[in-house]
Amino acid sequence: MLSIRNIVKQYAGHRALSGVSIEVEQGKVFGLLGPNGAGKTSLIRIINQITAPDSGEVLINGQKLNQHHIGSIGYLPEERGLYKKMEIGEQIVYLAQLKGLTEQEATRRAKKWFVKLEIESWWKKKIEELSKGMQQKAQFVATVIHEPELIILDEPFTGFDPVNAEIIKNEILELNRNGATIIFSTHRMESVEELCDSIALLNLSHKILDGKVRDIRNQYRNGTYILEHEGGAVSTAELPFEVVAQKATEDGNRMTLKLTPGQTLNDVLAYMLPLTRISRVEEVVPDMNEIFIQAVSTHK
Amino acid sequence: MHKILLIIKREYFSRVKKKSFLLVTFLVPVLFIGMFSLIVYLAASQGGLGDKKKVEVVDESGWFAGKLKGGKTIEYSVAGDYATAKKEFLKSGYDYLLYIPATVTNIQLFGEKTPSAMHSGKIEEELSRIAVARRLGDAHIDSAMLAGAQKQVSVEPKQITENGEKDAHIYAAYGVGLACAFLIYMSLFLYGAQVMRGVIEEKVSRIIEVIISSVKPFQLMLGKIIGVGMVGLTQFVLWIALTMLLSTVAGTALTGNKGKAMQQIQQSQGMSEQIGGNGAHQTEITAATDNPVASLMASLDSLPVTQIVLCFLFYFFFGYMLYSALFAAVGSAVDNETETQQFILPVTLPLIFTIILSQTVIVNNPDSALSIWLSMIPFTAPIAMMIRIPFHVPPIQIAASMLLMVLGFLVTTWVAARIYRVGILMYGKKASYKELAKWFMYKE
Repeated sequence: MLSIRNIVKQYAGHRALSGVSIEVEQGKVFGLLGPNGAGKTSLIRIINQITAPDSGEVLINGQKLNQHHIGSIGYLPEERGLYKKMEIGEQIVYLAQLKGLTEQEATRRAKKWFVKLEIESWWKKKIEELSKGMQQKAQFVATVIHEPELIILDEPFTGFDPVNAEIIKNEILELNRNGATIIFSTHRMESVEELCDSIALLNLSHKILDGKVRDIRNQYRNGTYILEHEGGAVSTAELPFEVVAQKATEDGNRMTLKLTPGQTLNDVLAYMLPLTRISRVEEVVPDMNEIFIQAVSTHK
Repeated sequence: MHKILLIIKREYFSRVKKKSFLLVTFLVPVLFIGMFSLIVYLAASQGGLGDKKKVEVVDESGWFAGKLKGGKTIEYSVAGDYATAKKEFLKSGYDYLLYIPATVTNIQLFGEKTPSAMHSGKIEEELSRIAVARRLGDAHIDSAMLAGAQKQVSVEPKQITENGEKDAHIYAAYGVGLACAFLIYMSLFLYGAQVMRGVIEEKVSRIIEVIISSVKPFQLMLGKIIGVGMVGLTQFVLWIALTMLLSTVAGTALTGNKGKAMQQIQQSQGMSEQIGGNGAHQTEITAATDNPVASLMASLDSLPVTQIVLCFLFYFFFGYMLYSALFAAVGSAVDNETETQQFILPVTLPLIFTIILSQTVIVNNPDSALSIWLSMIPFTAPIAMMIRIPFHVPPIQIAASMLLMVLGFLVTTWVAARIYRVGILMYGKKASYKELAKWFMYKE
């Protein structure tokens, strides 16, 4: 759906993007990850045509990015805000009109969203009279009111309490089910695992990792397992596999072990079964947070 | 195009609907008319002049017996001898004691408190008139002849055109030119600053990123400038209409008094210009002296009014567009209003420079090389040319100035927009002139 090809963006003094290429599939939730200053916002601004790349191109459905795509993209910036002195309803309708809706259509859809998010009684209030969470809801409505094919959300959950964050998350998933492609830029890795199908990880203007979340996690599997058994700690010297850590639990011992090359879990179990009663075995798959930290710290 | 219209609409209505806009728009004419009416009313009713003062006169010269008439504010009565009158003055109930020695010099006016300048002035005027008439009579000089001899000459400015000669009205040209220039000067500041504040507001509230993911920065800037400009025009039109309406209302209410007041103003002017003579000469001299106000009123028609109006609208529009583009660029470069100072001064310097010169150099010598150059440079032309127009400017110069104005507007807006498009996305970065130059150089 969205193809980003070899984008280079140079600012005076520093390079924001060095030859970044990313493919986002239709109807998926895509995570754009990276530490601060990695180039995420620069890339998002290019997709939104706020700035233009020095070289490289962006294609939407095979078509080179142009003015007509503005109406099919919805953007929730990280630094968000609305006109403080303007009535909230009027403001949403205005922003929707800028995206190409007629006034009637914009009003109709805005009213529907306000009812859905339970903020309909605030229609006539000015932004400065609203709570932070309420403002964020209004901003979310402004992002999606024109039913964009591509929704770009930069840190969408900041500023929401857990209840409202859940509401917004469900709205995002519903939009996705209804066919919208979602790009999701965040630092919060637990939401990435929960929501994203694929990710790309940027660091220091380069893309250092991308692919499906499951594939990446598999790629980062390193044969580490947790094994709980009865009895006391085992003397590690005799074991034919590497024990990373051991810890006494309430009813036995928990061992974190790592397979040596060529070894399988079955080998470990075959060795351990005669010695003790095994109560739990689990593979330790690194979560996105660890992968993120590992990938960023090895890429310097 | 459609999006620019939307932006203009928002910028316009969000300002026009504000309470402060309504307040200023309606209050200014009310205050203006109210103040003017009050002045007229006070002058007419003499309400501010206080009670009539009773003046006891000791005239040892005998020149003034029976000739002191007094007036609305002063009533004379003759007293006996000076010593008694002075001793009993405090108990006498009179406000003032006027002592005229036999020599008619060292005339003194006593009061319980220091006599007011107005009263002593009135008394002085009346005494002088009588004394001068008396001395002229003693010297056997005919006062009518003297007044005739003292009549001042006046120079009538005329203009020779291909259709023959016609009256040139310097005062009218002065007044109209300066008024137009000041109006443009003030509105450039007023509405330019509004554009700047609007840009800062969008930047500070962070809505800018949402908006420019929908429209181009240039569209937003242009929409804002035009929207605010229309607010300015609306305000002007309402001010003019309201002022006219209110002055008609106030005029009707005050008709009787106003007539009297005008008479009085003219009378007092006549008196102050009077050197000597009696009542008969007074009116003659008053009529002869050209009253600037009356002359201005009478000669307004003779000015190139259509040209002035068209030029005013042209220079207001393009001057406003040019300067507000610069103000928008300034607004985009800063994070809050206090930081604007360093950029505001260079932007407004040409305006301040021109308005100062316009009151002296340009208005006194509208055809000097300096005046002509100032009316050509787009940054100073809106003010300088408006001063010159009432003095009749060759069409070729107007055309050249207008052409340069349009070019200047296009170039300035282009430069401003290049700074603006980068500036609005830069947060927390203190902009220097070097920085602005860098922004300007950025590719799209």
